[in-house]
Amino acid sequence: MNSFDQSALLLTILVPLAGAVLSMFLPRNRPNDAWYFAIFVSAITLVISLFLFVGYDFAAGGYQFVRVYEWLDEPLNIDLHLAMDGIAATLVLLNGIVLFGAVLISQTIKHRSRDFFVLLLALGSGVFGVFVAQDLFFLFFFYELAVLPMYLLIGVWGSSTIFEADRQRLWGIPLPFDLGSYNRPKEYGAMKLMLVLVGGSVLIWVGILAMYVASDQFGSPTFSMQILGELSKEGAFSPTFQNWVFPLFMIGFGVLAGLWPFHTWSPDGHVAAPTGVSMLHAGVLMKLGAFGIIRVGMVLLPEGAEAWMPVLIVLGTVNVVYGAISAMSQRDLKYIIGYSSVSHMGYVIMGIATLHPVGLTGAVLQMFSHGIMTALMFAMVGAIYERTHVRDITILNGLMKRMGFASFFFAIAGLASLGLPGLSGFVAEFMVFTGAFKTYLPFAILAVIGAALTAIYILRLLARTFFGEADPRWEGLTDASPVEKTVGAAFVLILLFVGVWPAPFTRVINVGVDSVMSLF
Amino acid sequence: MSTENLTANLYLLTPEFVLAGFALLVFVLDLFLPDERKDLLGWLSVLGLIGIAILSIAMLVGVDESLYNGLLAVDEYALFFKVFFIGIGVFVILSSIDYVRQYLNHPGEFYGLLLFSVLGMNLMAMSRELLTAYISLELLSFSLYVMVAYALGSPKSNEASLKYIIIGAVSSAILLYGISMVYSTLGVTRFADIGEELKVAGDVSPALWAGLALIVAGLGFKLAAVPFHMWAPDVYEGAPLPITAYLAIASKAAAFALVLRLLAEAFVPVADRWDQWQIILVVLSALSMLVGNLVALAQRNLKRLMAYSSVGHVGYILAGTAVLSTDSLLGANGVIFYLVGYSVTSMVVFAALIAFFNATGQEEIVDLAGLADRQPFLAMAIAIGLFSLSGLPIFVGFTIKFYLFTAVANEGYLWLAGLAILTSLISLYYYLQVIRQMYIQPALAAPAEGGGDSSGDAVVDETEAEGIPAGVDEHTHTAAHHEPSSEYVPLPRPSVALIAVVFLGLVATVGLGVYPAPLLELVESASAAVMQGG
Repeated sequence: MNSFDQSALLLTILVPLAGAVLSMFLPRNRPNDAWYFAIFVSAITLVISLFLFVGYDFAAGGYQFVRVYEWLDEPLNIDLHLAMDGIAATLVLLNGIVLFGAVLISQTIKHRSRDFFVLLLALGSGVFGVFVAQDLFFLFFFYELAVLPMYLLIGVWGSSTIFEADRQRLWGIPLPFDLGSYNRPKEYGAMKLMLVLVGGSVLIWVGILAMYVASDQFGSPTFSMQILGELSKEGAFSPTFQNWVFPLFMIGFGVLAGLWPFHTWSPDGHVAAPTGVSMLHAGVLMKLGAFGIIRVGMVLLPEGAEAWMPVLIVLGTVNVVYGAISAMSQRDLKYIIGYSSVSHMGYVIMGIATLHPVGLTGAVLQMFSHGIMTALMFAMVGAIYERTHVRDITILNGLMKRMGFASFFFAIAGLASLGLPGLSGFVAEFMVFTGAFKTYLPFAILAVIGAALTAIYILRLLARTFFGEADPRWEGLTDASPVEKTVGAAFVLILLFVGVWPAPFTRVINVGVDSVMSLF
Repeated sequence: MSTENLTANLYLLTPEFVLAGFALLVFVLDLFLPDERKDLLGWLSVLGLIGIAILSIAMLVGVDESLYNGLLAVDEYALFFKVFFIGIGVFVILSSIDYVRQYLNHPGEFYGLLLFSVLGMNLMAMSRELLTAYISLELLSFSLYVMVAYALGSPKSNEASLKYIIIGAVSSAILLYGISMVYSTLGVTRFADIGEELKVAGDVSPALWAGLALIVAGLGFKLAAVPFHMWAPDVYEGAPLPITAYLAIASKAAAFALVLRLLAEAFVPVADRWDQWQIILVVLSALSMLVGNLVALAQRNLKRLMAYSSVGHVGYILAGTAVLSTDSLLGANGVIFYLVGYSVTSMVVFAALIAFFNATGQEEIVDLAGLADRQPFLAMAIAIGLFSLSGLPIFVGFTIKFYLFTAVANEGYLWLAGLAILTSLISLYYYLQVIRQMYIQPALAAPAEGGGDSSGDAVVDETEAEGIPAGVDEHTHTAAHHEPSSEYVPLPRPSVALIAVVFLGLVATVGLGVYPAPLLELVESASAAVMQGG
């Protein structure tokens, strides 16, 4: 291993962070400079993450690119221990791609753009950190770092939503009461997201402290996930302990994964956020939650996981079905995608809950695939909203004629999300269903019904908004800009690639999944 | 007990004597300086304090001795706090020079009193005997009484001062009464002797219980721990802003320095009783966290907000003092580390607020609207400070909370750590409200046309007159770039001293948050000195 190999993981964290710090010194009044610089930084991180994914030796397996930096001595004993397994490798690549795409798409941010990119890069740095940290302290440190910028990113650069009065109908049936139109300001989405996510991290923090204290009986207490994992294998943590600590992690991380009933921050947050942030947030940030459940919950507390999985499968199924039904009743394009994210994260949660190698592999692949497709959808919706200033699907129509590229990219992402064979969503969902059929048959059937519901709302949306008759008012619309086309085409290619030839991904993911499943 | 014993190592007090002499010198110089050059006194005080800090470090590293037959300690712990308090003094003086010039009379006495209060704090960290501790505490308090009343013309300041004096006097009396009852039952006042007596005492007499309870109440008032916190918001609100900062940071840290030594030498060694007495601190801590953070939710005034939030932080630190133990330094480390991190972060917030107040004369939360456009640097400083106070990384607020709560959980109080984490979440809400004003709310409309008689304009004129360039740089360009409708008045750039304080504070806030190891080594040597007894 050469020295770059050794420090590559640290670089994934440091490069965006250093980029964020350096951006602060750019001139305030030249928004393009900040954008160019952010592109430069995120391109470097993309290259590093590609290198890491390709360089991960799936034949050898286990944790690779290990590097330990001493951080604090006795009595707390915290090291910055970085390492990456197959699951993390996939997600690191996902973050590299989506971060780059989100930066590109944010060309339209002109107001205080420097601050925007500072926060966006800091967020990206935190996400990388969570995926590669092997110490509970640093995992949590980066987790909070990834949540921290969200409030300002949404609050300052986001957009508010106004619900009009005639929206008070459910599936065409008028409600018996009239709520009138109301405003849902961006601060609402920002504050809700921030408080709910930090609220989830309260549980995580308590769980981490409980692990630390529990490990005290075996020599010195520790935050190191490796040592805790070994202790756990030796049966150091009693079933009672595992049974009450696992739900702390399950719900704490689950909040970020959009776990029902703690999901309501997610559509509100996504809708209020500016395009680039929605992409990163739905694309990568929600995956942190699912990743945390696997990495911390399942690996460190396998018995607790086993006891709680029946609960998790129920919640995951509710996620799938409830998310799909909610998406059906929305009229705002972004709310539709927001709820569809909730629904799709349900597949991830179900895949985890199956405790079956195929299901878990499917869950991780779904994280990757959903990350790309939802980012693509948000990017294209952003492009449409930028031009029309409307997101209401009853008003938008026939966009295919005016915005051919944007509509095409959106349609592909939509088809991937409803699980069309040949696109990435199909592979991932198929694996999740396989896992679920083998373990929890009734829930698997419900989830398939959920997938059918997805098809309904996606196809209805495509038919009405993109392929219908065009209103004359949309005549002057311009198609996607070169930057938007680039992002769209790249993401569509990735969706196709994973759909047609998933092996490069599954073989890497499998290595990670096998080592997790060996605990059960 | 011979006289040589008393004077043999008197030279160890050189820094204190120098500081006292220096404070007197500032008082005297004040008589000879013309009014427009009183700023010099501030700069002189800063230089003097830095000199004394260097002197203390040069003289006292590695020293571990007792003076006056065990009344004062000169050890690593005292040295650490000495340098820490002097540092706070330097930063508070630097951030108050403009404020004093603009708003206060008698600047000479202001700096002199501040120096005396630093002396009082240093002695508090050194004292290991009840009456010495009491006298040091009074030295600090009397300086503060005067400084709180410093805004002569302001009724609020006078009210605050009156309240502070009365409550301070009552709490001092309570403390003194408690000391006398402890002395009457045990016959000793040195911390270590109290510990010895408690170890051999069979039953704790009711009089001793009452005495200890009174001491707890007296110190509770000084710390502003719930339920002894009622004075804090009014006093914080009425006091001149730099003094509010000083109250929130320095007087709290000094009181904790005293409490920590008292607990470590007198109570923690009494192993079986300490387990029971912890409960008192735990209850005070839990109440402070809850009440401080919940009541802060309802505040509209920045100073009151900071007052209640500081009550909450006292709750966290009290949780740390409750888990002090003889076999682990984790608790003591956590408390000291938290004090440093909290002080650094609060300094950033207060210095930025002082700069804002200097420019506008406003101190309500809504007044901050649009600060991110009007003066981006200050907005960023306040935002980072508040994020840090709410315990988010990469700032020191996260690291100190993680450290302290780990210590609390590790001593078996996982629920208390959980409560602390939960109340931190509550605090995030009200901190975010402030951040929302600065970053999301548009700036209030420009003041109505018709002459520069509003306070903001007056200040702009003043700073320009003094040759400090007002904020004429890029704001105009950005304003042209977006939302030409939302007119805002850029604020004049703060003075160099304030910018320096804010900038250094920010560097420390981030630096200690990312790499606290060097500081923690010092903290550890300090807590080792105090926990292992004299």
